[in-house]
Amino acid sequence: MTRKQYFSSGLKDGMPICFGYFAVSFAFGIQAAGIGLSVFEASVLSALNVTSAGQFAALAIIASGASLIELAFTQLIINLRYFLMSCALSQKLSPSLPLGHRLGIAYGMTDEIFAVSVSQREPLSPFYSYGLIAVAIPGWVLGTALGAAAGNILPTVLTNALGIAIYGMFIAIILPPAKENRVVAGVVVLSMVLSALFTYLPVLCNISSGFRIIVITLITAGGAALLFPIPDEPAEPEKEMPHEG
Amino acid sequence: MRVEVFLYILVMAAVTYLIRMLPLTLIRRKITNRTLRSFLYYVPYATLSAMTFPAILTATGSAISAALGFAAALILAFRGKSLLTVAIIASATVLVCELILPYLPL
Repeated sequence: MTRKQYFSSGLKDGMPICFGYFAVSFAFGIQAAGIGLSVFEASVLSALNVTSAGQFAALAIIASGASLIELAFTQLIINLRYFLMSCALSQKLSPSLPLGHRLGIAYGMTDEIFAVSVSQREPLSPFYSYGLIAVAIPGWVLGTALGAAAGNILPTVLTNALGIAIYGMFIAIILPPAKENRVVAGVVVLSMVLSALFTYLPVLCNISSGFRIIVITLITAGGAALLFPIPDEPAEPEKEMPHEG
Repeated sequence: MRVEVFLYILVMAAVTYLIRMLPLTLIRRKITNRTLRSFLYYVPYATLSAMTFPAILTATGSAISAALGFAAALILAFRGKSLLTVAIIASATVLVCELILPYLPL
């Protein structure tokens, strides 16, 4: 595929992310306006961060006038899962991919863009990532701006419906491989069961959502790796993807 | 934009970007350790599953519409439908359900 084809394939796969982002960031915009951020401030915050849980948590911290250190530390805990995801995504990139593209991909490495990217064939083209970013992030920023400017512009029933879009997409990504591979199916089911336990059980429910995902991933993906390691790759010469610049 | 708000935004953006950027720029070759490679292979399924459930049940206006949207997504994804199709039909299911729900004698 050419760069252009990768880019448009990214645009297409980014559509459901855009819808889902719009709904979530619309809610974020309403809350941001609620603590006194201007439409512009809320939009810049969304454009520079692109992290749902982290941003919602930040609002509470900003509203309370807490220190920058406290804000930084909270973001580190909530967003540490991106570290694991970026490690996994690094293995999908061509080893010769230049630094500039790596920095570009990193900007848009959200839960959702990660999810779609890892289901691509190796090596991942940066132009596919840029296609995803080009359609998904405007949805995130526009939703924030509209929510902050006019939270009552959309009927609740519509934002409720859009709220499930991202989860629908996650399910579409994890189910087909789980159907083919029993270990993956086991990881999926066990992760969901643990996640439910961590959400509803006393004590466990005090763990923040970002940290919960890390703990569950270490247990289930770690356990699967120890018990059912994937077969070694056949020794073949590294396939290089043609990418210039 | 107020300076103190801008500082807040800048600090959180920097922390978040570094978390995303460091592994992508520092790990530049294929990991050969089999256990580590296997772990990273399973990571997406573990994180996405943990993020989806049970959060999906509170993603809409009512647990009933969310459960029906969840069921619709499971069925369509199991049949191998595309991301966009699954996302749209799950949303449409929730929409229809929430429009009808107030009129049901529950």
